[in-house]
Amino acid sequence: MGIIKVRDLVYEYIRRDEEGNVEGITTAVDDVDLDIEQGDFVAVLGHNGSGKSTLAKHLNAILYPSEGTVWVDGKDTKEEKYVWDIRQTAGMVFQNPDNQIIGQIVEEDVGFGPENMGVPTKEIWERVEESLKAVGMYQFRKFSPNKLSGGQKQRVSIAGVIAMHPKCIVLDEPTAMLDPKGRKEVLRAVRALNDVEHITVILITHYMEEVIYADKVYVMDQGKVAIQGTPREVFSEVEKLKELRLDVPQVTLLAYELAKEGLRMPKGVLTNREFREALDQCRR
Amino acid sequence: MPIILDKVSHIYGEDTAMAVRALDNISLVIPDGQFIGLIGHTGSGKSTLVQHLNGLMKATSGAVYFNGEDIDSEGFDKKKLRSKVGLVFQYPEHQLFETDVFSDVCFGPKNLGLTKKETELRAYAALKLVGLEDAYFYQSPFDLSGGQKRRVAIAGVLAMKPEVLVLDEPTAGLDPKGRDEILDQIAALKRETGITVLLVSHSMEDVAKYVDRIIVMNKGRVMYDDEPREVFKQYHELEAVGLAAPQVTYIMKELREHGYDVGDEVTTIEEAKQEILAYFRER
Repeated sequence: MGIIKVRDLVYEYIRRDEEGNVEGITTAVDDVDLDIEQGDFVAVLGHNGSGKSTLAKHLNAILYPSEGTVWVDGKDTKEEKYVWDIRQTAGMVFQNPDNQIIGQIVEEDVGFGPENMGVPTKEIWERVEESLKAVGMYQFRKFSPNKLSGGQKQRVSIAGVIAMHPKCIVLDEPTAMLDPKGRKEVLRAVRALNDVEHITVILITHYMEEVIYADKVYVMDQGKVAIQGTPREVFSEVEKLKELRLDVPQVTLLAYELAKEGLRMPKGVLTNREFREALDQCRR
Repeated sequence: MPIILDKVSHIYGEDTAMAVRALDNISLVIPDGQFIGLIGHTGSGKSTLVQHLNGLMKATSGAVYFNGEDIDSEGFDKKKLRSKVGLVFQYPEHQLFETDVFSDVCFGPKNLGLTKKETELRAYAALKLVGLEDAYFYQSPFDLSGGQKRRVAIAGVLAMKPEVLVLDEPTAGLDPKGRDEILDQIAALKRETGITVLLVSHSMEDVAKYVDRIIVMNKGRVMYDDEPREVFKQYHELEAVGLAAPQVTYIMKELREHGYDVGDEVTTIEEAKQEILAYFRER
């Protein structure tokens, strides 16, 4: 079994009006299967309200399935005795960095998680050091978090999760509030964790160009997985993605538009270099 | 009505040990009817700047003129200024509070002291301008999708009939379609009403697609103020201050470096497509 296995997951919640009467039932996640192996880099795309955040919250037992089962590192998230194990195995990073930082000083903030796990003091400091180094924030360890940029704060949040030594990290739109440099910094840190530390990464995002490095992409719509495959396979479906209120990276779109005009450009072009090489072929 | 900033500086915590100069001697003219993009990394002074435009913040030194009048002069009607310069903050849907969409949009004009009829006419027109369908008018704003909520919040500002609309990252957190819908709607609004729009954004692609002028902020100063193609030519300098050019500009750079004779002023997909097709036609 992989690090995360999801079978027939359904999550429903009851909507109530102001008087508390039941108005109806919303199915936020509808019959989803996932298989994620240790060390994978998985991206989840989907429009607002497609169910991707609800799905993510199942991966560290913030929500429990209405039907079906979620196993994290072989442990069923419905079993209460596993909750803390699961949250330590699958750490989560959210959109707004200001809501996730509590320490007065960067290194204290990062040490908060392991301290709560009862890790011995000496080891906490070791973990803080290695985590801050892993996200490139070690030189800021003595800073107050409110002196940092959005991208830096978000990397501190990630370090706080890594200090708990998770096998898996779930990031729910970690770059939505950041400027271009901040987005680049966070994405670089996430990729390094995956490449170097072999931490499993599940990245939820609205930025299509952040997805091209993933091993596998899931596209959600109305609580279901609408498309899945490698970035190249998924981004080959330009029309379908647009129907799902999504987009493709600009380089993919430009190649697609040129193909419509009769140039022989392949589908699912992901990088500028690939684009240029494809154009070289047309030029011959 | 034009807004003129004359040597505006703003210092947070002046006369303390922690004084920060957020705006440093800014002079700008915002004439009627322009679509302006304001870009800059987090902390470059964008939000501080826009809050000077309608008098929410007062310049430490320098002056802001609205239609020729100094907004900090005695007897200047700031309430009127705030209805003329509408500010839509980040995540404006957090400011929705009424029980239904229509009442929420009525709140602003009602507080201007307009009659009930005028208030409702304005609210209706504003909701039409943002493209919200009638079916949603009497729903709770909290039952709408993220993109719809944001439109309601923008309509609340439009109902004040501003002459200048300032939007601070109106598309943050929206999916790509929601982003395009909001920005298309704002572009249409600008075409139809001639309103001045100032768009604060972290998306270089969006700015390139919609605006006619870009102001780049860095360390509280104006670094560039020009047409998009001129600004994005300076991508090295932009990268040095935490920004970038649109992705498509880099594609064209890659092509030029490998012997393609294509222009270096491309900032949108459509321009790139025409450039490349022209290149193949001429061979």
